[in-house]
Amino acid sequence: MTQKEKKKYRLRENFHQAKWDEPIIFELHTPGERGILVTEAEPGVVEAVGNGISALPENMIRKQGPALPEVSQMRILKHYLRLSQQCLGADFNIDIGQGTCTMKYSPKIHKMLAASPKVTEIHPWQDESTIQGALEIMHKLDIFFREISGMSRFSLQPSSGSAAIFIMASMVHAFHTFHGEAEKRDEIITTIFSHPSDAAAAAVKGYKIITLYHDEDGLVSVDALKEALSDRTAALFITNPEDTGIFNPNIAEFTRLVHEAGGLCGYDQANANGILGITRAKEAGFDLCFFNLHKTFSSPHGCGGPASGALGVTDDLIDFLPVPLVDYEDEKYYLNYDIPHTIGKTRGFHGVFPVILKAYSWVMSLGRAWLKEAAQVAVLNNNYLLENIKKIRGAASPFAAGKHRIEQVRYTWEQLTQDTGVTTEDVTCRMADFGFHLWSSHHPFVVPQPFTIEPTESYSKDELDEYLEGLRTVVEEAYEDPEKVKHAPYRSVVHKIDHSTLDDPEKWAITWRAYLKKDGKDKKE
Amino acid sequence: MNPIAGMGGKVGLKGTDGIDILNRAKELGAEPVSPQRTAEALGQLFPLKNEIELITYPAEMGEDVAVECGFRPYVIGTIDVGRTDVADTMRACEDLRAHGVDLLLFAGGDGTARDIYTAIKDTVVVLGIPTGVKMHSAVFACNALRAGEVSALFLQNRIKRIREAEVMDIDEDSVRRGILTAKLFGYLKIPYERRHIQGLKASSLPDEHAVQKAIAQDIIENMDDDCLYIIGPGTTTRAILEGLELDGTLLGVDLIQGRRLLGQDLSEKQLLDHIKDKTKVKIIVTPIGGQGYLFGRGNQQISAEVLKQTGRKNILVAATAEKINSLLGRPFQVDTGDKSIDQMLSGYIRVVSGYRERIVYKITH
Repeated sequence: MTQKEKKKYRLRENFHQAKWDEPIIFELHTPGERGILVTEAEPGVVEAVGNGISALPENMIRKQGPALPEVSQMRILKHYLRLSQQCLGADFNIDIGQGTCTMKYSPKIHKMLAASPKVTEIHPWQDESTIQGALEIMHKLDIFFREISGMSRFSLQPSSGSAAIFIMASMVHAFHTFHGEAEKRDEIITTIFSHPSDAAAAAVKGYKIITLYHDEDGLVSVDALKEALSDRTAALFITNPEDTGIFNPNIAEFTRLVHEAGGLCGYDQANANGILGITRAKEAGFDLCFFNLHKTFSSPHGCGGPASGALGVTDDLIDFLPVPLVDYEDEKYYLNYDIPHTIGKTRGFHGVFPVILKAYSWVMSLGRAWLKEAAQVAVLNNNYLLENIKKIRGAASPFAAGKHRIEQVRYTWEQLTQDTGVTTEDVTCRMADFGFHLWSSHHPFVVPQPFTIEPTESYSKDELDEYLEGLRTVVEEAYEDPEKVKHAPYRSVVHKIDHSTLDDPEKWAITWRAYLKKDGKDKKE
Repeated sequence: MNPIAGMGGKVGLKGTDGIDILNRAKELGAEPVSPQRTAEALGQLFPLKNEIELITYPAEMGEDVAVECGFRPYVIGTIDVGRTDVADTMRACEDLRAHGVDLLLFAGGDGTARDIYTAIKDTVVVLGIPTGVKMHSAVFACNALRAGEVSALFLQNRIKRIREAEVMDIDEDSVRRGILTAKLFGYLKIPYERRHIQGLKASSLPDEHAVQKAIAQDIIENMDDDCLYIIGPGTTTRAILEGLELDGTLLGVDLIQGRRLLGQDLSEKQLLDHIKDKTKVKIIVTPIGGQGYLFGRGNQQISAEVLKQTGRKNILVAATAEKINSLLGRPFQVDTGDKSIDQMLSGYIRVVSGYRERIVYKITH
């Protein structure tokens, strides 16, 4: 940077997370307190319907009212605004430390469309003739995805990426059942750097899971795949590029070998940020693929919004898709339940419409050329970070030395830890002091002291530079005064959390009932 | 603290077991390495100094370095300063156990770990500060700093569970003659620490023992009553015997058929006698130690000849994903002493890694 150039960023050394000590909503309960006092109905209305409730059939009236907190409007507004200030949401921070899951910017106009009464006040049980616009959007998005992936047909029914994987596994099962091989073909192959749901959701369907590990170069070899393939192979479910940001150059050979063994190939394209308009599932030889609309197609996800998947298949598998599909005939859009070998319905209604609408808006606002541009900028941003992070003392990017990565990189702080004792978790906590989020999940733990950065196309160079400055500052502190970093965070409202019991099945209690049961068991002992 | 551990390393002596070797190391100019690394570890415990009681042996066996680090240790036992040996290590362990220590933090190498195991078995939770030349055992933290950190977490009750870790016994004399012979000597209890940071998304990973049980369940369900199973040493394979309610050995090679134990702690010759003329034989093994050795370390009874007669396709490898991940991408190793068998074993192999779960992993030699 020349002296004349002025930095457009600076490290937020005075950042401090908000702490309101806000009680939980149930603690705010004051019996009788109301947000709105509804005025009494006029005599004519009372005459017609009584007090409103009395017009309902007797058996539909609850005996007791719901145990909801009774809170005034002004107090409840404060409550949620305070809570929102305690969150480090995607609209607040430079969220690129959430590699594999970074939220790209979701244009507010698209949110406004999704929040419009035209969307919020329609109901999936309405007659098709009254929701032609919504069905048209679903149908057209299906056609866009066919073009983007090369597949022949899409279902927007999956309510998440994992749901899409489960549906892929169900369709694989239906396909092999149709060909009389389902009993024999009971294994699904995946790779260690594919998303863990590829293994998990397929296992939920009842498949045995074979996980291929990478070699020293970070790639899974063709020979490893050959060892896994047999007449028991039902399918290969794989992410590409994998979580390391490395694109498997042998992918066409992989799909060819799987087909040769009689299996199907499912492409986990939940995160297609780096490949839109550049590579397609069809040309790589896949039979099924899916996108996460809430990741690649801009809609917020995780705690920021609901998920939605789009599942695509080749001609051979259309007849197995879940029902209903949205079709167009005689100038009318309709829900088509007439799919010969359908696996049936996989959720209530049909997809998460607000997310579908936001994805549709995103594609429409960019168009073909800019979708590709978005992918190219995501890759450029990623490689800019890669070059700069490699220069930070104590950081490294395992595998594929000297090569570019696609949309993200799994880095390691191994050297930093060896030199200073400062771990990824410590760096994560210290980054929080500057208002940054550095995610802590890097499953599987194959890379020591891992951290994964994915910039997407949304963030500017200034923002990337600010984040880099944060990493450099923390590392500098680690070498000068490791204890300072180890005792971070200082400007957050919660200190380090003990999650030692999180990996002990004996302690897990997903429900209150399970908690009581496990707690009771402990007491007996 | 083993004051002389590691001294043989920098002068190329492969270890420091025995007074002659120590003298030779000193002649070659070897400097003690234990004190400095022990100090690094103790530094991590310093913030807890008012909450913990540090009990140690006199002078060079811990007292000096503890005082240097700012502790006021409670010193027990007596030693002949400057002339300590194995007997002192063993007596120190017994005395520390008698004082009811919560954690025995030791500095040394494989030899020290072996002496501790001999003295007190697995009656006390221990953790090794790696200062020795040979560290094939899995009882050590990855470095001195980490040893201190893990100790602090354990003493603060932030690491609540313990795991069994291999103590490997490598014969130094043989190594100096260029032959590596290794035996699985036993297991010590160490604080259970995930090798990598625990992420929220992956927090559903069950602990290693639960996965071992799942592996055993899978293997037992698929057992063929007509087949002879050679069960190698290790806690992963022990889970199979436990699942079958059989009393096998943890360190030896056992034999089962039809869910019954046919032999315990068998030698190579006994194994060969058993499998002679048998058409169905399978070997179930787990990689030993932190090195990823499948054959040739700790299970030499399953020799090249046994492997030759059994055949590669009848080898069943069992290992948790955590164990495999801890190899950080390094392939499994084999060293059977027979190059053609090592060659035969090399390539990719399916590993039973959970219930209805397999991993395909590489073997090299």
